[in-house]
Amino acid sequence: MSALLEVENLATHFFTRAGVVKAVDGVSFSVRPGQVVGLVGESGSGKSVTGYSLLGLVDPPGRVVGGSIRFEGQDLVTLPQDRLRAIRGRRISMVFQDATATLNPVLTVGEQMLLVVKAHEALSDKAGLSLALDALGRVGIPDPASRLRSYPHQLSGGMRQRVAIAIALLHRPALVIADEPTTALDVSVQAQIIHEMRELVRTSGTAVIWITHDLATVSSLADDILVMYAGRVVESGPTRTILRSPRHPYTLGLLDSVPSRNPPGVDLPQIPGSTPSLLSLPPGCPFAPRCGFATDVCREMPAVSQADGRTWRCHHPRGVAA
Amino acid sequence: MTSASPFAGAWREFCENRTAVLALAVVVLIVLAAVLAPWITPQNPYDIGTLSLMDARRPPGYVGSGGYVHWLGTDAQGRDLYSAILYGLRISIQMGLAAGLVSLVIGGTLGIVAAYAGGRIETAIMRVVDLQLSFPAILLALVLVALLGQGKTQLTAALVAAQYAYFARTAYGAASAERRKDYVEAALAIPLSGRRIVFRHILPNVMPPLIVVATVQIANAISLEATLSFLGLGLPVTEPSLGMLISNGFQYMMSGRYWISIYPGVALIVLIVAINLVGDQVRDQFNPRLKR
Amino acid sequence: MLGFIIQRLLQALLVMLAMSALVFVGVYAIGNPIDVIISPDATQDIRAQAIARYGLDKPLWEQYFIFIGNLLRGDLGRSFVFGMPVVQLIMSRLPATLELTLVAVIGATLIGVPLGIYAGYRPESPAAKAIMTASILGFSVPTFWIGLLLILTFAVWGGMLPAGGRGDTVSVFGVEWSVLTLNGWKHLLLPAFNLALFKFAMMVRLSRAGTRELMLTDTVKFARAAGLSDATILRRHVLKLISIPIVTVFGLEFGSTLAFAVVTETIFSWPGVGKLIIDSINSLDRPVMVAYLVLVAALFVTINVAVDLVYALLDPRLRPGERS
Repeated sequence: MSALLEVENLATHFFTRAGVVKAVDGVSFSVRPGQVVGLVGESGSGKSVTGYSLLGLVDPPGRVVGGSIRFEGQDLVTLPQDRLRAIRGRRISMVFQDATATLNPVLTVGEQMLLVVKAHEALSDKAGLSLALDALGRVGIPDPASRLRSYPHQLSGGMRQRVAIAIALLHRPALVIADEPTTALDVSVQAQIIHEMRELVRTSGTAVIWITHDLATVSSLADDILVMYAGRVVESGPTRTILRSPRHPYTLGLLDSVPSRNPPGVDLPQIPGSTPSLLSLPPGCPFAPRCGFATDVCREMPAVSQADGRTWRCHHPRGVAA
Repeated sequence: MTSASPFAGAWREFCENRTAVLALAVVVLIVLAAVLAPWITPQNPYDIGTLSLMDARRPPGYVGSGGYVHWLGTDAQGRDLYSAILYGLRISIQMGLAAGLVSLVIGGTLGIVAAYAGGRIETAIMRVVDLQLSFPAILLALVLVALLGQGKTQLTAALVAAQYAYFARTAYGAASAERRKDYVEAALAIPLSGRRIVFRHILPNVMPPLIVVATVQIANAISLEATLSFLGLGLPVTEPSLGMLISNGFQYMMSGRYWISIYPGVALIVLIVAINLVGDQVRDQFNPRLKR
Repeated sequence: MLGFIIQRLLQALLVMLAMSALVFVGVYAIGNPIDVIISPDATQDIRAQAIARYGLDKPLWEQYFIFIGNLLRGDLGRSFVFGMPVVQLIMSRLPATLELTLVAVIGATLIGVPLGIYAGYRPESPAAKAIMTASILGFSVPTFWIGLLLILTFAVWGGMLPAGGRGDTVSVFGVEWSVLTLNGWKHLLLPAFNLALFKFAMMVRLSRAGTRELMLTDTVKFARAAGLSDATILRRHVLKLISIPIVTVFGLEFGSTLAFAVVTETIFSWPGVGKLIIDSINSLDRPVMVAYLVLVAALFVTINVAVDLVYALLDPRLRPGERS
């Protein structure tokens, strides 16, 4: 199957007073129609900026400085703003972390949905609202007609996030970028929403890029996983293979710190050290200072290796005969 | 970032805004000119003996009976306007500083006490402060001046009464934020350490926002004083501040003798705008929300 | 909702009582008003008569109760100078001031808010910098001096607009209005502009700061990600969100503009209450001063209540009794 989205060598840099922050630096991946891709990394790894870059929503002083984003036959990097706007919300849409912050507190759910409908289609209020009703129904909101008249603060956290998802699905997009969409929710609601998303994706054929720091969440949902570290993809491949035999020591560290993979009552292993400052990255592998397997050769940037449908960027990959 | 002291760092950041640096230079220059007025003016405008009605209401550039050029013209009493403006600036700056500093001390103390004492004292102080903040300062000053009569002390009192509430609000906000922090809560549990906390922890945290308010309020006090004097409710005629010079010239403006009002006004505006520009930069530097 | 309104009204009443006491004591307790009313060489008899007539021989608290009693009957005493009931005096001057203030505040809001939103949306653009410079000037240059410049430029040198007075008015329901005649507008333009400048600066700052902060929020990012144009985001999302603080300031500033009208009215000889209060301060006409201050206080309290109510209308989160 041909790719829906093909990102190649994407670079997004922030030109701050203190220097250039290379938040995304040479990221490549592709998404097939209907595929769910998990984009995993700690905060500051560049996973969210990657998502914003796809939609052309990077705020100054940030800017996409290189690479290409091919989507349905167009390069989104060079596309003029008005054409890009026509794609946003219609072909590609986005769900954010906290619906309390994303929904406008002083507009009703109906008003906000109507604005999004009318951004792309010249419809009457009535036709627009029936589209909104349909979208609310699809995400499993009970009594959607009365919810249209509600203000966000009158809904529960889970309901609010469902409304945000309904807004993202209004125009039945080909791709949804979900940036930590369940992090702000209670654990039980989290599981519910993930379950609903999985159903929605399967029935509608929408592809999803699920951005998260939580490997456990994404493993139940994603077909493929991309692990990002310091602005680069350090490992990618089918979810099951990566979980079974991670190649990159960083992925290994992430997996080891997932609670369900450890016996209860034992301290969780943690990756030593902390995320490096993107302002002063050492040359070579950025993970080397925290890596138990690092040697002298790690002072040089490892190239991307590729085999069996997976990639990794490491001088000392695990599970590969040297 | 490696800076020798927080002050040096703040100074460097301040210097990055060229407008603010220029404004600061203007403020320093005006204050210097006002302080040195007796030595750099041709005439003491308060010495009635040196005035001649022959020289009254002459346009800029006129050579008067004193034998020197009146570069900015003369007023209705034959005063050299350049001299009168510099002497007027002295009074305006004095009043602004006095009112600003007294308000700072009174308002700052009230705010800290309110944040500290809590309970009924807090409620009482802040209710009054808030009520006053919602009431226009100029009206309050107007009524007080009308009741207290004219004079520097009375006017300062009126300006302080109109302004202290801003300082109290600011100090209260900063101090109560600090007050709620754990280390202060903990230190308060130990008796006799109150004064130490105020001087070592609360004051250093409350001063920066207060200084920001002070810059703006000094400019406001100067402006308010000029307004009151313009309305004829400020200082007595024997000590003409800029506002009174402008007011005296107002009646001659209709006949085209603009300079008596306009030049003192220009001096006043340049001073106030310069102080405000400096204040703007200082405020931006202290505002963490605009930093990214 | 009804409970909320009643509660606010009760609070307002309490504040009014406190204010009236403060004003009364402040104005009556200091100085001796009788010296103003009668000539210095009047006999002791005439003096005592006058004191008795104005009730100045009674203890202060009794004077206050008489004052409050009269106040409730709508009687605020007679002016020492004009010899007519103060209420009548103020009411005859109030329309002129209200008209001037309304035109100034509405004009400042209608022009200041859009400019401020633009300046917050494109903070680095030359237009935004020009707008901000104008607002700094409007903020810091004293009103009275701008008034002088306006008169000098447009009346003395330009000869285009009158320097003072109110001009032709049209009577509607017994109240005279300038806004209904061309000549009236000519007279109104300069003083209204003068009075509006400070509010304009404030509206620009407020909407710029609000817009700047909102543009960085997830609400705006989410709207952008949904394909809304920036124009729609500014008009529908941002304007609605910043309208809450703007309405507050509009209300509160309406009161302080009313107070600042004192200065503008003096410069432009606008026959409103502001000019009246300056004259009464100069002549120590206490009943007028007290009545004016009580009136301003009443206005403030009313506006505060009104602002709270409008607030609740604009911000659904504050609407009492609408929680699910």
